[in-house]
Amino acid sequence: MPIIKMNGLSKIYKTGKVSVEALRKIDIDIDENEFVAIVGPSGSGKSTLMNIIGCLDTPSTGDYYLDDEEVGRFGSNKLAEVRNRKIGFVFQNFNLLSYATTYENIELPLIFSGMPAKRRKTRTMELLDRVGLAERAAHKPTELSGGEMQRIAIARALANNPAILLADEPTGNLDSVSGGSIIEIFRELHADGATIVMITHDRHIADNIPRVIKLKDGGIVDSLN
Amino acid sequence: MKRIFLMLRLFASDFKKQKKKITLTVMAIAWGTVSIIMLLSFGEGLRRQIAKGESGMGSGIVVVWGGQTTKPFKGLPPGRRIVMKPEDIDLLRARIPDMEDVGGEYQRWSVDIRYGKKMVGRHCTGVTPSYENIRNHIPQEGGRFINKHDLDEKRRVAFLGSGLAKELFGDQDPIGKQITINRVPFTIIGVMIEKLQMGMYSGPDADRVIIPMTTFGLIFGDTRLDVLIYKPKNPDDSEKVKKEVYRILGGKYKFNPDDERALSMWDTIEQSKTMGDVLFGIQLFLGIIGALTMLVAGVGVANIMYVTVRRRTKEIGLKMALGAKAKYILWEFILEALLIGALGGSFGFLFSGVIIKILKGIPVKGEALQFLGKPVLSTEIALATVGVLAMIAFWAGYFPSKKAAKINPAESLRYE
Repeated sequence: MPIIKMNGLSKIYKTGKVSVEALRKIDIDIDENEFVAIVGPSGSGKSTLMNIIGCLDTPSTGDYYLDDEEVGRFGSNKLAEVRNRKIGFVFQNFNLLSYATTYENIELPLIFSGMPAKRRKTRTMELLDRVGLAERAAHKPTELSGGEMQRIAIARALANNPAILLADEPTGNLDSVSGGSIIEIFRELHADGATIVMITHDRHIADNIPRVIKLKDGGIVDSLN
Repeated sequence: MKRIFLMLRLFASDFKKQKKKITLTVMAIAWGTVSIIMLLSFGEGLRRQIAKGESGMGSGIVVVWGGQTTKPFKGLPPGRRIVMKPEDIDLLRARIPDMEDVGGEYQRWSVDIRYGKKMVGRHCTGVTPSYENIRNHIPQEGGRFINKHDLDEKRRVAFLGSGLAKELFGDQDPIGKQITINRVPFTIIGVMIEKLQMGMYSGPDADRVIIPMTTFGLIFGDTRLDVLIYKPKNPDDSEKVKKEVYRILGGKYKFNPDDERALSMWDTIEQSKTMGDVLFGIQLFLGIIGALTMLVAGVGVANIMYVTVRRRTKEIGLKMALGAKAKYILWEFILEALLIGALGGSFGFLFSGVIIKILKGIPVKGEALQFLGKPVLSTEIALATVGVLAMIAFWAGYFPSKKAAKINPAESLRYE
């Protein structure tokens, strides 16, 4: 059974009398430990697909199974739980809380999962170590470089051992050097067994990812394996 | 714990961004708190002062005068005058077990009272020792009230009201001095303490001279009781005791016990209940005015929270993406509103405490102000204020929080 399984999935946005079909009849299977890139021009439905995979939105029709659960039919509270335990988000603009320390930023998903304080502390330090920023625990995000901020965001995404890592243009706001090091981290994680779905514009990055799903006008054009 | 620290940090960062607005709102809450506390405290001061004034004449007592019958009884026509006798005091005391005590008065207006060259005409009252307790005649230090021996031996001793004592003796100590009442020499045995007296008949107690009832009878020849006063053991039994008084006196003086006009009664128990209701109404009214002030401040809090929610839309979306449930978001904002409320409330309490302390230090002159009393901040008032404050802060946080919890994370994360 694949980790992600989508059958005939569509998403229709209705604004007043106009309805827009953002995704039409999508079928995708992604297995455990796959590294998949989703590419396509703007307006192709990438973000919508990303939101549905990440359980931030639900499909209008069709089925979506994540790790054997039919999450496409879940209510908002159960979706929050699924996001907390099964999905690790990495955003283009990092989305770190500016008033909190890097330590507290990483700890946040652990707080939401209800982990006791003692285990939270060990786990957070472990994660800081994993991205090589243990000595930056007490720093605010504004005191870090872009590459460091994205590494903190990755550590946060890994907090609850998610089933998939979902990265939305993770190198979009970075220079090529730090962007390269972020991609390197994703490769390492993949090598360690993680399942990764990454949206990217960057051809150079996409070319080096084993599987690329191309979207156009809300449909899959080409799924290379 | 962690959540609270993060929340405080969040609040601090909000504060930096909305400094002026939050400061003004905290001040508005503080002002709302001050107005509730001050209004209620003044109300409480007034209530206590009135309670004190009411008890000046004695608390829980009924004053009885002889009346006129309105119903025929056992062949006797209506319209007969009922006149009580001194023996009725002992009669009622003996026959009614629910009675705490009974007393009575002989009265004479404008009696010639002299000390040295000073001469005044004042009300003279002849009483029994029970009068001390039921009519609240507490002697000043160094003196005493009339006792059983004075009564039995028909002694010529007098107890002075505080005003009359000052009039006759000025700053001198009157105890042991001789005065004349109706040209008969009397020795002063005590002076009443100064008291606040709101209810009165036959003039204020402070302006009277009091002598034993037996001595009074000897000098003035009175045999009819002008006033009878009784006090039930329990104020709640007042109606029952009143019926007994009508039954026993009706039996003795032959009038129908249902003939209310046969005796004329001033029931201070009933009056004090009515007064209590009125004062509660006043307190409630003052409280509502204070709460309305607080409500206006609450609107300010809600306004701030709406701005905060809009400003933090993206952050809320992020937290939801990381797994925060709607409930968590809801409480985060409600707690922030409660925090603003607590901050303003603390300032308000502090400020009110200072005002009340200052007011207590100012000496009160003039009778009107004396009845107003001083503001009293009781535990009940403090609790009521905290309750109103918490409730308003909660609702001021609830509606914006509800909006925050409805944010769609997918949309909020998209905007930059």
